[in-house]
Amino acid sequence: MNAPSADHHDPSVAFESAKLGVWTFLATEVLLFGALFTAYTIFRMKYPELFRVEHAKLDRVLGAVNTVVLITSSFTVVLGVDAIKRGKARLLEVCFGATILLAAVFLCVKYVEYAAKFHHGLYPRTNLFFSLYFMMTGLHGIHVLLGMGLLSYVIVLSRRGRLSASYHTPAEMSGLYWHFVDLVWIYLFPLLYLLG
Amino acid sequence: MAETSGVGRGYLAVRGWRSWAFTLDHKRIGAMYLWTTIFFFLVGGVFALLLRLELLSPQTRYFSNHAYNVFFTLHGSMMIFLFIIPAIPSGLGNFFIPLHIGARDVAFPRLNLASYWVFAAGFLVIIGSLVAPMDTGWTFYTPYSAKSAAAVTTLSLGLFLIGLSSILTGLNFIVTIHKLRAPGMTWHRMPLFLWSMYATSIIQVIATPVVGVTFLLLAAERLLGVGFYDPAKGGDPVLFQHFFWFYSHPVVYVMILPAMGIISEVIPVFSRKPIFGYKAIAYSSLAIAFLGFLVWGHHMFTSGMSPLANAIFSFLTFFVAVPTAVKVFNWIATLYKGSITFESPMLYALTFIFLFAVGGLTGPFLGALATNVQLHDTYFVVAHFHYTMMGGTVMGFFAGLHYWFPKMTGKMLNEKVARIAWALVFIGFNVTFFTMFIVGTRGMPRRYAEYLPRFHTENVISTIGSAVLAIGILVMCWNFLQGLRKGAPAPADPWRALSLEWRAASPPETENFHEIPVVTEWPYGYGTTKA
Repeated sequence: MNAPSADHHDPSVAFESAKLGVWTFLATEVLLFGALFTAYTIFRMKYPELFRVEHAKLDRVLGAVNTVVLITSSFTVVLGVDAIKRGKARLLEVCFGATILLAAVFLCVKYVEYAAKFHHGLYPRTNLFFSLYFMMTGLHGIHVLLGMGLLSYVIVLSRRGRLSASYHTPAEMSGLYWHFVDLVWIYLFPLLYLLG
Repeated sequence: MAETSGVGRGYLAVRGWRSWAFTLDHKRIGAMYLWTTIFFFLVGGVFALLLRLELLSPQTRYFSNHAYNVFFTLHGSMMIFLFIIPAIPSGLGNFFIPLHIGARDVAFPRLNLASYWVFAAGFLVIIGSLVAPMDTGWTFYTPYSAKSAAAVTTLSLGLFLIGLSSILTGLNFIVTIHKLRAPGMTWHRMPLFLWSMYATSIIQVIATPVVGVTFLLLAAERLLGVGFYDPAKGGDPVLFQHFFWFYSHPVVYVMILPAMGIISEVIPVFSRKPIFGYKAIAYSSLAIAFLGFLVWGHHMFTSGMSPLANAIFSFLTFFVAVPTAVKVFNWIATLYKGSITFESPMLYALTFIFLFAVGGLTGPFLGALATNVQLHDTYFVVAHFHYTMMGGTVMGFFAGLHYWFPKMTGKMLNEKVARIAWALVFIGFNVTFFTMFIVGTRGMPRRYAEYLPRFHTENVISTIGSAVLAIGILVMCWNFLQGLRKGAPAPADPWRALSLEWRAASPPETENFHEIPVVTEWPYGYGTTKA
């Protein structure tokens, strides 16, 4: 049960620490979204009819497209992390670049959806369903934006030659975060778009 | 064991504001938190004194009702969010966690600095919100907070930042305790302060995101017309209360657990006896953290929950008393037949046990449904949580400040002045708050600027007590400043304590230890082999 070393400069300690740190951070993220999922559950039980009528106003096709886009982006992140583990910095940059591109596609689709809703007079204040829809997808969208920033930072690090097969902590950690962002959407899509 | 006699300036050697603002040293970051939180403690205290001043007379005399509401909101929010939550974990915890486990720093020094600046941004935003000061009380209950003309949105943003800072600090500590323990430092050789800080960090990390999103939704309600808390839109104001207390009840253990950790350190040192029931104290910290998540509903007995939910929350609430009592009994068993000396840290530690026992035992009166309905929102509640929060946490904080002052500054305090300050604080505190138990049981409601004339005498007594308490705290602060300026140089281990921080110099070097220490036994072998 001895800790390996009390020295945070030690690379293996730093890697293990970063991993535990990111997982702990993701736990806090689960709780952050958890409150919204709780609100969703409560209001859905209270007003099943409202949810049945309102959810039909969402665009299932665009929602499905975005789901595919995000799942693909998780795949490109995995490829990138795998690449740097084999020392291929260039491939990492390409893969993470593709992920950022896919994230941008996701946000553009989201923009089209939001614009259509506003056009039809559907706002966060319209009713509880759209309050939930905008708050949940909005908070998720902010996470997508932050993820794009993180991934760009990793690309910058890689361009400066700071990442290698022996040190790839930032790539792996931002990859974990990106999977989480993806996972949240995988819950949001059926809950908001599909369940009638 | 001392590596140096402690005449150097250690981590304080470099001067200038840059050396502080950009420091990655956990000790400097801890010190910045201490200065900041003590500042807000004093400001929050001034608001408390203004409240007591107004309560000298049954009718409003000095301030309007609105001003009174603003004062108690500011008193509550500053004390809770800017002092009592961050003071021990982020201040003393930052300083002593790495020293206790024999590490050079926390796991993520840059994140640590970031969390201080996020905290600073948070309190600047909160100060900014004073343009239209809050009058909602520190609980921000909807629907009033969704409609109040005060700058609730700004304040919510500020509190969100404070919460983020709290999460980052807790996360840092969890990883530090898991990954950076010195060779030989097994979990069961850790000082008990670390066990309580570990439990605290878990609560910070799990509970804080929920209040964060609660404040975001409150802001969204005000800005976008989102209706989660608005009955007119089908929402439910009680949902806000559930979210709020899901954080704000566990967070009272963020306030008290670190103080309990300090007490577990101080009591054996000044009793010259090994701590009694090490594992019981250690695991009771985790038990408190766990149970703390299951009892938030006891703040809402009169909010219209179902009788079944009320009964369950009431039942679970009594369970929290068990691990808490386990700690108190173990501290008392540690004192039993020890060679007790009454230096200032010990005086505050014993005060903690005494006052916290009063505060703790009045808890079950409030946890029981039948008496709660009588006592809810009376001064009995005010007295109860001041006995736990100020009598408990703040006394633990003072114990920690006096105990670790030589280590943090490399200077000794004037012990005689420290004891005078202690006596004033002890007397002032009890006079102020014990009277509140009495007026509370007789039905005086909290939060009003006016009260019935039959409570007049007690309120005058309470105000006099608050003045004595304030003088005691000023004397203590003056003593700290004098100690900083011209205290005698402190040796590495002035209290003959055995935990690792006393092996570092006073004040410690920048990376704490020349060589990472190897741990071969627990730190509580007082009166047995070594000391």
